[in-house]
Amino acid sequence: MGRKLLLEHINVPGINTFDVYRSKGGYASVEKALKTLSPDDVVEEVKKSGLRGRGGAGFPTGMKWSFLAKPEGVPRYLVCNGDESEPGTFKDRYLMTHIPHLLIEGMIVASYALGAKTSYIYLRGEMMPQIRILEKAISEAKNAGFLGKNILGTGYDLELYVQPGGGAYICGEETALLESLEGKRGNPRIKPPFPAIAGLYGCPTVVNNVESIAAVVPIINEGGEEYAKIGIGRSTGTKLISAGGNLKRPGVYEIELGVSVEDFIYGDDYCQGIANGKRLKAVVAGGSSVPILPANLILKTINNENRLMSYESLADGGFATGTMLGSGGFIAYDEDQCIVRNTWNFARFYHHESCGQCSPCREGTGWMEKVLHRLEYGHGKMSDMDLLVDVSKKIEGNTICPLGDAAAWPVASAIRHFRDEFEWHVTNPSIALTSNYGLANYADPLPKLEAAEA
Amino acid sequence: MLSVQNTDAPVTFSPELLGKFADVVSRYPEGKQKSALLPILHLVQAELGWVSAPAMDKVAEYLKIEPIEVYEVATFYTMYFLKPQGKYMLEVCRTGPCEIVGATPIMEHIEKTLGVKEGDVTPDGLFSWRGVECLAACGYGPVLQIGPEYTFYENLTNESVDKLISDLKGKANN
Amino acid sequence: MKVTIDNISIEVEAGTTILNAARMIGGDIVPPAMCYYSKLQGSGGKCRTCLVKVSQGSEKDPRPMPKLVASCRTTVMDGMVVQNITSPEVIEARKGVVEMLLINHPLDCPVCDQAGECHLQDLGYEHGAAKTRYEFDRRTFEKIDIGDKIQLHMTRCILCYRCVFTADQITDHRIHGILNRGDHSEISTYIQKAVDNDFSGNVIDVCPVGALTDKTFRFKNRVWFTKPVEAHRDCETEGCCGKVTLWYKGEDVIRVTGRKDEYGEVEEFICNTCRFDKKKTADWVIEGPRKVSNKSVISSNHYETLKPLPVVKTNPLLQEANKEQFERETRL
Repeated sequence: MGRKLLLEHINVPGINTFDVYRSKGGYASVEKALKTLSPDDVVEEVKKSGLRGRGGAGFPTGMKWSFLAKPEGVPRYLVCNGDESEPGTFKDRYLMTHIPHLLIEGMIVASYALGAKTSYIYLRGEMMPQIRILEKAISEAKNAGFLGKNILGTGYDLELYVQPGGGAYICGEETALLESLEGKRGNPRIKPPFPAIAGLYGCPTVVNNVESIAAVVPIINEGGEEYAKIGIGRSTGTKLISAGGNLKRPGVYEIELGVSVEDFIYGDDYCQGIANGKRLKAVVAGGSSVPILPANLILKTINNENRLMSYESLADGGFATGTMLGSGGFIAYDEDQCIVRNTWNFARFYHHESCGQCSPCREGTGWMEKVLHRLEYGHGKMSDMDLLVDVSKKIEGNTICPLGDAAAWPVASAIRHFRDEFEWHVTNPSIALTSNYGLANYADPLPKLEAAEA
Repeated sequence: MLSVQNTDAPVTFSPELLGKFADVVSRYPEGKQKSALLPILHLVQAELGWVSAPAMDKVAEYLKIEPIEVYEVATFYTMYFLKPQGKYMLEVCRTGPCEIVGATPIMEHIEKTLGVKEGDVTPDGLFSWRGVECLAACGYGPVLQIGPEYTFYENLTNESVDKLISDLKGKANN
Repeated sequence: MKVTIDNISIEVEAGTTILNAARMIGGDIVPPAMCYYSKLQGSGGKCRTCLVKVSQGSEKDPRPMPKLVASCRTTVMDGMVVQNITSPEVIEARKGVVEMLLINHPLDCPVCDQAGECHLQDLGYEHGAAKTRYEFDRRTFEKIDIGDKIQLHMTRCILCYRCVFTADQITDHRIHGILNRGDHSEISTYIQKAVDNDFSGNVIDVCPVGALTDKTFRFKNRVWFTKPVEAHRDCETEGCCGKVTLWYKGEDVIRVTGRKDEYGEVEEFICNTCRFDKKKTADWVIEGPRKVSNKSVISSNHYETLKPLPVVKTNPLLQEANKEQFERETRL
């Protein structure tokens, strides 16, 4: 079992209250940062830590902070992205529900580093309970002098507010989130300019995921270099993984990056294998938008090395045989799950969530959903698979924001790796309605698949 | 044209609600009161059960923006009800991870139990239900939520759904 | 700043977009634009038809851009190298975008008032495929009147947002907007309201397709049978330039529009009085026939018979202005 930096005290009774959190060493990073470090020092520590954005893109957080423009007389903003809507991902909800002060603490330190005097935590509207939890935590922190005017007598002022969304996956995209926070439709902005130059109300803004902000706390407490020692290669530190689907013990796990996928699925400290004694068929490793992989390719890379839970190892093989760590939304599929149905389900999701602003995504997501629906319900054609791949290519890379890619990848990867199953749906339409294709060869040792690649 | 429930019922916001509006508006810089739109629409819906066109016009007036700016927002986001719903709107997650652990059978069970189709209201006005997209509770699926508090009910089974419905009926009748 | 587009270099000012740089060069290398409108701030970036490949970011940083970019919203850097029609990748992507724009379009061109001057028609002709691969029901909406002069046929809309920007920037109150989201998005007033103010008619001119049309012109004639004439009047409406194109059928002015440039953009916006209420030749000072590109369907109208329209016969100014036309026809 690896180290826990975020969830160390998660099981301490009352850890959601200020007093208990404080008694466990909470808010030490605020004291350390505000009293002994300059804002630039904090940025430097985060850079040294190698922390990468935990929302999905994996962009180095310290670097993102250093891009923030600092024109005279213009306010700067930190906005926390708690829109958590990527299917398979529920780690931020967990963290905020059980240890809200960790996020508040991180927000104070990060706001200080960026010179923000007002910061917002944007949560998806469905997280009303978490909004209430955070608002309570904020008022506790304020009463204790950690928020408001002249924090801890250092002269630093910070107001922190929680903002609800209204129900839209797209608001997880940072510029859509800013639009939403400005009271508008969640249409992603056309970049450039990036938020670091012109974000909230046209002012320089940093948008960070809940977990990224929380990770700033251990980074400041222990130092960036110490943090960077955890993990593997450029995947430093710990990561919250939301494990769902047909697992024996689903839930949120804090892992040291570099744990093997096999250990994560089957290990006693983690998910303890597939539920109901079934076999693993496929995994979506980083939230619904990353490529789905069959069991054999998620456990081993194409070169037959153990696949690890790290940015690099999961991406090994590129689109052809790899996937991505993404947001850490880990979904396991057992042998009785139908990949066609799941792909249709995801396509419906992206169709439902497309903002409709740009044509390839607005029209293409609906088209893919319709084709997949007919495949799932026994009216598909053999040519549908090529059509789907082609439509996905017409969307991918051609849209304003990454939702287009997110909609394209699950479809293209499912057909790439599970084409047999799609074809079986076409050739056995009535059987496919009542039973499923099963495990087939998707868990077979790799060389066979490598031959199929060529 | 949208099918819009346009009631002429005049809408007045209570002083208490207006107080909450003012509190929300105070969170943003001068002149950026439009930022309060989403939170205020939630407050309106919690009070009225849905957001009617007259209510949206009132919100526009309060925030000093054009009514169309409110309509644009209210129709973009899925949480705002543009027509009256049952007192309890059961929103069941239907996306991938919940689907593979049985979201569809749960929705079928709810439909059968309540006797109304998705989006319709039971004759007693108590219940509506609908499938919604991922609620970020994938490890505890199937899940459903009920507003305006957005309480979550996790690891649903037919039995737990039955109990929930009968509990809510009991609550409403008391 | 020097930018090279399809091997043609041009010096432009800093802040110029790739699209506008291409328009300065002109010709076939200009990317098509369905949503960008130079007179409307914030427009563009949405339709994705103007995607181009930046094969060299700048002199200083020669790395190519990782994805195709919307040329209407990407500003040039010194030494930037751009490929439009010389990039198969761009052509392929554009074909994809055109297909996307058409899968839910009704293709009711035979009964559409925009036919002949529709940008989507042109785009489909130039970049589209002859066959559709879309086998599902197309999205449809009811036609509605927004005010007594403007009809909204949402089924044809490609969601370019131009009319929304127009209402925001040219009129004093925006009444219509984009409702719903994704492919359910629609232009609407939500509850039926008339879009009515001095400049509302401009939404017709900016609409690239037949979604917003002039009810006073509806089904009066096909555009290629009309004769466009440039004219102006001393308009009292504040903010109206009074410079228009009159569209004649015989002696009658059957439509008044703003004057459009070769990219279909009006040079300046006009008021509703000029557009809807001044439909007599006497209301206007005639400048002469509109120059119409010989590629345009409008140029293939009735000129070949060399029967001067009655209005030309009776108006010395028009006779003078039509000299060139007469001479050309005589040569033939």
